[in-house]
Amino acid sequence: MIGDLITGYGFWNPLIWIIVMATGLLFAWLIWRCGESGYDKGTEQTKPYLSGNDEPPKSDVHIRGGNMYWGFTHALKGYYDKLIPLHSGVVNDYLTWFVIGVIVIFVVVMVI
Amino acid sequence: MNLLLDNLPALLIAVPLLGAFLVPVIGRFLPKIRDAWIILVSFLASLAAVITAAAVFLKGTLVYVFGAAAVSSAADSGGIPFRIIFTIDGFGAFMLLSAAIVSFAVVLYLVASQKERSGKSEFYALYLLLTAGIFGMVSTGDLFNFFVFLEINTLAGAALVSYHRKGGIAVEGAIKYLIVNTVGGLMVLFSIGLLYAQYNSLNMAFLASQMTWTTLNIVALVLFITALGMKAGAVPFHFATPDAYSVAPSGITAVMVVASQAGLYGLFRVLFTLYGGSINTVTIGWVIIILGILSMVIGVTMALPQKDIKRLLAYHAVSQTGYMLLGVGVAFAVLGDPAATAAFGQTAMEGGLFHIINHALYKGLLFLAVGAVIYRTGVWSLNKLGGLGHNMKWTMVFFLIGALAIAGIPPFNGFASKLMIYESVFAFNPALSIIAMVVSILTLASFMKVFHSVFMGPRLPEYENVKEVPKLMIAGMIILTIFVIGFGLVPDLVVDSIVSPAAAALLNQGSYITAVLGGGL
Repeated sequence: MIGDLITGYGFWNPLIWIIVMATGLLFAWLIWRCGESGYDKGTEQTKPYLSGNDEPPKSDVHIRGGNMYWGFTHALKGYYDKLIPLHSGVVNDYLTWFVIGVIVIFVVVMVI
Repeated sequence: MNLLLDNLPALLIAVPLLGAFLVPVIGRFLPKIRDAWIILVSFLASLAAVITAAAVFLKGTLVYVFGAAAVSSAADSGGIPFRIIFTIDGFGAFMLLSAAIVSFAVVLYLVASQKERSGKSEFYALYLLLTAGIFGMVSTGDLFNFFVFLEINTLAGAALVSYHRKGGIAVEGAIKYLIVNTVGGLMVLFSIGLLYAQYNSLNMAFLASQMTWTTLNIVALVLFITALGMKAGAVPFHFATPDAYSVAPSGITAVMVVASQAGLYGLFRVLFTLYGGSINTVTIGWVIIILGILSMVIGVTMALPQKDIKRLLAYHAVSQTGYMLLGVGVAFAVLGDPAATAAFGQTAMEGGLFHIINHALYKGLLFLAVGAVIYRTGVWSLNKLGGLGHNMKWTMVFFLIGALAIAGIPPFNGFASKLMIYESVFAFNPALSIIAMVVSILTLASFMKVFHSVFMGPRLPEYENVKEVPKLMIAGMIILTIFVIGFGLVPDLVVDSIVSPAAAALLNQGSYITAVLGGGL
């Protein structure tokens, strides 16, 4: 079939995938069409409801990059505490890693 | 016309070199046509690369001897070929294609993004030198010539990294990149010296025909692996890569990805063509695999907590290099086992190579899209950006496509190559494949963060007046987007027409040797 990429165990066909996705989107659109459309844009109906409080400034509600995945990095604190200092920005360290790499690979290749 | 076609391999180098040397002259006397000149030269160089690649895919390995009609050797030399010889097989042609697409797309982008900058003549001259260096590295069949092009690549790349950012931070990144890669280049030269001292030749095909498993050759191989791995940005030799990528002009970073991949080309060429089956492929294959796994895991985990948008992308470049090393490493580990090679080794190789061109395209696109954001806002920090999707819709769409592609989401090109890697590597060792999938999930998570923090959210007051970037910058991104989507929609055609010939060229060492030396040696 046109578009079949043989991947070893099976195949991948993006055209089939697109047809399936398009069908799914069509159903989603049909369901959306059944929804309530009688609201007025730009009125109280479309404003976020924050328990009666005023909406804060836009710049305050945007979730910045630094707010994301802090839990992930916190959970792996031990890992990051060791990994980040290795990226010291010092060229001498970079070249030391090069030398270490050369030695380790040479020993591995000679021994095994 | 025939004269031009017959000398295409020479034009690959001559066009960008001549163009580079004339840019300052044109910039001095005819500054109004300088931009048109750089676009024309880049187009012609890319056209030469595409035609050369097409010729190789249609007719087979192309051997071009500088200064003679055919390969020749002195009567008493034992058949050692002399003169500089370009040997472009399926793998070289594949790399040429990748470099040609990205370098031309980036030129369009640069002409607009650098419009207000000073020193453009020298900047473009360096850019064309970098292009010549990349084309030369993937075309030459001579080891010393490879070293020369590697140095051109490094020097021009470092100069471009430092070119246009105030405050000295770019110069610092460039100097680190220069020092580290120059040391790597010297190690490559030392390795070449070790081989030359033993075999009296610098020709790769001749050396491949003579290669044996000696201690000197092992030393040379280890230095080749580490030095070219450093050029490619593989962990633990990757440290200078994010330092340089994060401070370079964004268009330049897109091409630096291809420049790094030329180092990867050198590594695979040395492994498969120069050494081939004469070495312990299982051990060396596992060394490459471990470098790949380290690159994937450390690259992506270092990317996740980054706040600097370009540094984050740079760590992802390291991570994606790991996929290529993993796929090709598995193929090398089973090179001595024809049954395993046929069952999954060749697919692993094809997946790894396919990922090279895919990565060049979507990472190039991502760097250009991020460059567009920086071009309009002047802000690198993810903590300060936000809501730009309201004002930069085209850039947002391009970034989203690149992000989905790098995360391996169908139907984009990254998914096709990753799937080939997952399935073939699973047959070799399931744990490696699972690690690759986990890294892909983390990549998606990382790009969700970037996409949300840069483009989503309410329109922020500080970016109220931000506009979309100029049309030429959009044009550069459109070219890459077309390939990212196209390669994802018809991956079978891409694999059959350019990836499989590249993998076959690497797997069949004998055909490379025969193409240059004939059956005489």
